[in-house]
Amino acid sequence: MTATATNAATAPDARKAGRFVFGASIVLLCAWVLVPIYFLLINTLSSPESVNSFPKSAWPEFDLGSLTFFANFQGILQAMKNSVLVAALTMALSIGIGAPAGYALSRFDFPGKAAFRLLVLMTRAFPLPLLALPLAVLFIRTGLDDTVLGLALVHTTLAVPFAVLITFSLFSGIPVELEEAAWTLGCTRFTAFTKVVLPLILPGIVASAIFAFVISWNEVFAAAVLTIENRTLTAFLLQNLDTSPIHLKFAGGFILVMPALIFIFAVRKYLFAMWGIANR
Amino acid sequence: MQSRFLPYLLILPVTLFLAVFFIYPFLLVSMQAFTKDGAYSLQNFREVFGYWKFPISLKNTLLLTAIVVPVQLALSLLMATMVNKMQRGREITLYIWTIPLGISDLAAGIIWLAIFEQSGFLNSMLNGLGLIDRPSGWLTYEHPGVVFAAIALAEIWRATAIMLVILVAGIGLIPKEYYEAAEVFGASPWKRFLKITLPLLRPSLQTALILRVILAFEVFAVVEALGGTLFPVLMGETYAYQFDLQNSNAAAAVALVILAISIAFTLLILRVLRVPKGARI
Repeated sequence: MTATATNAATAPDARKAGRFVFGASIVLLCAWVLVPIYFLLINTLSSPESVNSFPKSAWPEFDLGSLTFFANFQGILQAMKNSVLVAALTMALSIGIGAPAGYALSRFDFPGKAAFRLLVLMTRAFPLPLLALPLAVLFIRTGLDDTVLGLALVHTTLAVPFAVLITFSLFSGIPVELEEAAWTLGCTRFTAFTKVVLPLILPGIVASAIFAFVISWNEVFAAAVLTIENRTLTAFLLQNLDTSPIHLKFAGGFILVMPALIFIFAVRKYLFAMWGIANR
Repeated sequence: MQSRFLPYLLILPVTLFLAVFFIYPFLLVSMQAFTKDGAYSLQNFREVFGYWKFPISLKNTLLLTAIVVPVQLALSLLMATMVNKMQRGREITLYIWTIPLGISDLAAGIIWLAIFEQSGFLNSMLNGLGLIDRPSGWLTYEHPGVVFAAIALAEIWRATAIMLVILVAGIGLIPKEYYEAAEVFGASPWKRFLKITLPLLRPSLQTALILRVILAFEVFAVVEALGGTLFPVLMGETYAYQFDLQNSNAAAAVALVILAISIAFTLLILRVLRVPKGARI
């Protein structure tokens, strides 16, 4: 009798404790992600003197000294511009050639489909940035070396498999009956696509385009191998790691992180849908 | 006629693109690795294998992968099951946990540099706790263990999110009925995880592990930012051959070694975690 009574009394307590541990672990894991970024933020928003001093304060000074130093550093603005150009070009290229293939995979059964899927999936099993090494030689011969376009082509190799698989999953989510209905109402295949499918799919396409942008924006190895004068921001920071003052590194790191925060927020709804189907 | 040729027309651009920028460079890099002064030769590999740094960078790369990937696997499984159980705040938690997905390896290295550098936040905190008076340089040859730990932490911090996303998507595909049935028969949460989640999550685990292991062999910018020459890795050696030594044949040879390891591990993961036909959801 007493045993059951204490059992009944401890069960809610145990559940409460369990819920507390659960909540605490979630908060802890969020802190694990956010606190290092906060440290970078403190360093970025402090004057160069305090970035180099010890001990560090737990709060930013809201001094723009480091960022001004960063902006005035020789070549940085050009590097940022190159990064944006390469990423934008990668985005356009990978969606431009990837989306039609994604549409073909979702709508048609054709001989060679399996082989094509294998080719796309195979690119994932390769350390792709390494392919920048032979391309460096090839690009010198064709005049593509040290150009925005040359690097964008290599970055497109990284981004296009994702573009194909993601658009494939997006198109698969739109019932083919919708298109067929449009055909019976006098649309051609093309106008049915532009008038019915495209408006439905546009947000998803934008999300995968953003994904391609981020892949290019973040890429370090190929960018460092393929550019000399027209370096991207990542290549610039990498090649100046040994010589640049630390407040420059931190400000540069922060500028690299900023788009990531915004982009992940913008595509968060699509992140899991994209991966869920791209998996299979 | 139209619909017979249309699919080929649609996949043509990507196929051509991958032929020129994926398959062709792959053949080129293999050729480069096996030629020296215009003739077929194994000299590049002999040179690369004979260099004193090679065994160290191979060991470092493999060791880092062996430590980082299992931790990430456990952490992402834990996070994915937690997210699955959450009723409130699921969306914001997922957003925060997936932030590192968009952060480049170089930026991640710089972020952890802010913590571990001499006047950084680790020393500041130790000082605040009264444990040290003067800042000590952690990322120096005197503390190889700390250099390794810093690189491993930065890698775990940065790249767990990619596994998390794949696993959360995979868990979402498992029918709820299985869990309900298991609960009716009195299976504990741990049992349900072992007997339902893990087996049905195999395809996602496969993808996540392959992607992650290959990225781990490619580790480069994090190491450059935190350890520099203190912790040589294969990708860094490739870069050094290409740039500092201007020896692109040797760089190609190291690249082939990385490729070989990556493919070997991909096949291994595919084999160990193979999904029987008909057992897919």
